[in-house]
Amino acid sequence: MKKTLWAVFFILILWGCGKGAKQREDSPEFDEEKMEKQEVIHGTEITEVILSNPLDAAMVKEGEEIYDMKCMSCHRLDETRIVGPGWAGITKRRTPVWLTNMITNVDIMLEEDPEAQKMLEECLIRMPNQNVSLDESRSIIEFMRKNDGEI
Amino acid sequence: MRTKYYLISLALGALAVSQTGCKPGSGGAGSSELAGDAAQKVYVAPGTHDEFYSIVSGGFNGQVSVIGLPSGRTLKNIAVFSQHPENGWGYSEETKPMLNTSHGFIPWDDSHHIALSTTNSEHDGRWAFINGNNTPRIARISLSSFKTEEIIEIPNSGGNHSSPFITANTEYAVAGTRFSVPPDNVADVPISSFKQNFKGYISFISIDKETGRMGIKFQLKTPGVSYDLARAGKGKSADWFFFSTYNTEQASTLLEVNASQKDKDYILAVNWKKAEQYLAQGKGKKEPGSYTHNVWDEDTHMATSTLIKEVMTLDPKDCPDMLYFIPCPKSPHGCDVDPTGNYIVGSGKLAAVIPVFSFDKMQKAITSKAYDGEFDGIPILKYEEVLYGEVQKPGLGPLHTEFDGKGNAITSMFVSSELVRWNIEKLEIIDRVPTYYSVGHLSIPGGPTAKPHGKYVIAYNKITKDRYLPTGPELAHSAQLFDISGDKMKLLLDFPTTGEPHYAEAIPASLIKDNVRKIYELEKNKHPYAAKSEKETRIERKGKEVHIYMTTIRSHFAPDNIEGIKMGDEVYFHVTNLEQDWDVPHGFAVRGAQNAELLIMPGETQTYKWIPTRVGVTPFYCTDFCSALHQEMQGYIRVSPANSNVPLKWGLGNSPEAAAERAVAGK
Repeated sequence: MKKTLWAVFFILILWGCGKGAKQREDSPEFDEEKMEKQEVIHGTEITEVILSNPLDAAMVKEGEEIYDMKCMSCHRLDETRIVGPGWAGITKRRTPVWLTNMITNVDIMLEEDPEAQKMLEECLIRMPNQNVSLDESRSIIEFMRKNDGEI
Repeated sequence: MRTKYYLISLALGALAVSQTGCKPGSGGAGSSELAGDAAQKVYVAPGTHDEFYSIVSGGFNGQVSVIGLPSGRTLKNIAVFSQHPENGWGYSEETKPMLNTSHGFIPWDDSHHIALSTTNSEHDGRWAFINGNNTPRIARISLSSFKTEEIIEIPNSGGNHSSPFITANTEYAVAGTRFSVPPDNVADVPISSFKQNFKGYISFISIDKETGRMGIKFQLKTPGVSYDLARAGKGKSADWFFFSTYNTEQASTLLEVNASQKDKDYILAVNWKKAEQYLAQGKGKKEPGSYTHNVWDEDTHMATSTLIKEVMTLDPKDCPDMLYFIPCPKSPHGCDVDPTGNYIVGSGKLAAVIPVFSFDKMQKAITSKAYDGEFDGIPILKYEEVLYGEVQKPGLGPLHTEFDGKGNAITSMFVSSELVRWNIEKLEIIDRVPTYYSVGHLSIPGGPTAKPHGKYVIAYNKITKDRYLPTGPELAHSAQLFDISGDKMKLLLDFPTTGEPHYAEAIPASLIKDNVRKIYELEKNKHPYAAKSEKETRIERKGKEVHIYMTTIRSHFAPDNIEGIKMGDEVYFHVTNLEQDWDVPHGFAVRGAQNAELLIMPGETQTYKWIPTRVGVTPFYCTDFCSALHQEMQGYIRVSPANSNVPLKWGLGNSPEAAAERAVAGK
């Protein structure tokens, strides 16, 4: 901040001396985009998630373990909203692709997806990136399906 | 003569300050045109990063600062030999053992010199080492977590100043005692028996290649002198270590006068490879000596402190051809080895010349036994036989030398307050530039390594005076950044520092920034009191000890309502941060706790001890603004009289009132 002020100060002085133009040509390159946007973007956007029937029991189990550690603090399994929405019925409301991106690419979603942005307006807390891998998110979805009564 | 330089410097400075508008300057850095140029060179645009990390000792704050260059912005202060209320270091149960010593818990030290790990004498970006001078210690800091991972105490030592300088492949850090002392096990001797009973111990601390784990490999029992600074050899001299000495007069009182009698003190050359051979031959002797070894574990998130009671020593009398003294004028301070490993620069702080010694000549002098007597059985090599040459009239009070990688050295001059650049081979002065004021250490990125990165030199000044807005009697120590890419050194920037930086090293950001730790993975958290899910949160009573397994996530604690604590209990909050995203720590504090807050990183578990002092309901809360609902991130703990029978119970959102509120919120 101070540096910026100093730089402005000096540039002003130099303008006063009629040498401003030259100095400005020499000034370091500004990357406007970098200056304004520096959010760390996690992962890459997912466009396809393949589900299979019946449910994979091993994935359901892994999904539940991840839920306990990384999701449960904010999401209950019924309709209760704690920090985020309860998970009851979530697989009926959201597509697997949307869920996967929300779990693994939450920063992109909150930046670009209108549905995700609507949730943020309601909950007022950015859903955290909980460092969940793509395979793990697939297991979480399997657990969500089980929670919604699929077999 | 030198006073004149000083006055000229002052006059130039004053002139620069008085410059206004468009008047052409005297060519000094203060003229507006050049200053504009300087501003551009240190300007780091918002959202972009500095080119170098500078790892800076904090001196009497016992810490280490991380400063970005060329901006001079302070990025972090790392607690090392200090408590840090900012994040609970030295207050939390897990970190307290890091500050344990054979004297007990010591939450302060005087940290002096940075040594960044090297491979083949080039920076490898893994660890920073720093010495604690007062209660002799060496610490190792991870350059991935920027956290102190290990502290080892040094026995038989008083004032660990000549430390922690490292060998070419980080095989060893050293600890040469500044204050010679009698050995710890026979320490009750008259002070006047200095010459008979006091020893100058030099410790070699081995460093594990993979883990960085330290251990005292051996101590050399050398004559009682003061070891000041040191550097390892490089390339052809890599098997050697060089230590500057003063008080070879062996005075124990009024050293200001009595330790400045001789025209020459010494640089001690140690063949550490030879020492290893003697050790392998069984020449070492284990002696009593108590010291602690404190190790931080990144998996269990806690430190352990081990007391060790003996130490391996080597007596030079049993180890010929291992040590040689090189005469050096006069009370030398810095003792710096150039990038090629051939030249050893002594900086006699009371001398009128800078002597440059040649490693090749030293080898010849040893082979031909060109001795000038001996000191306590250790051969003294003839000055002229080791000397490459002297830099004449360099300035007053030379202290330290760094290298620019272009065949030049830059030496700091404390008394005449300037930096002097000179050509090593020609021993000729090329340039000099004033510093404001009284420069101590200096730092060139990579300056002590075989591959200096050059570009800048930073002067760490001892006196600040009028450089910043006044802040009462105590002022921030001033650092100054100079451009050394051209023929002339140019002042670019003043920046204030924290504590009293002694030495600093700067390293290209690219060697560190991609390896930086961002979170602790919950799956790998092996803390015995971790609650890795709200399901695992609970309270266990063990007599008077109450252990609360608690979790945090934006924005609540689990549990957040606790009852059944009684007066006389010791309450341990074991708080696990369930977040897994970078830069989402949670804080924790309880009213009336005689402690500092905890700052718990994502995935980490830390423990907060609280001994209730009164009956009643006490709030606790998150101290780090974490989300829009941060103000709501709080809880209550009820303390009842010692004889009460309030049962232990806990919960989160499970009171009837809360259930009702939730039902409303759900709609």
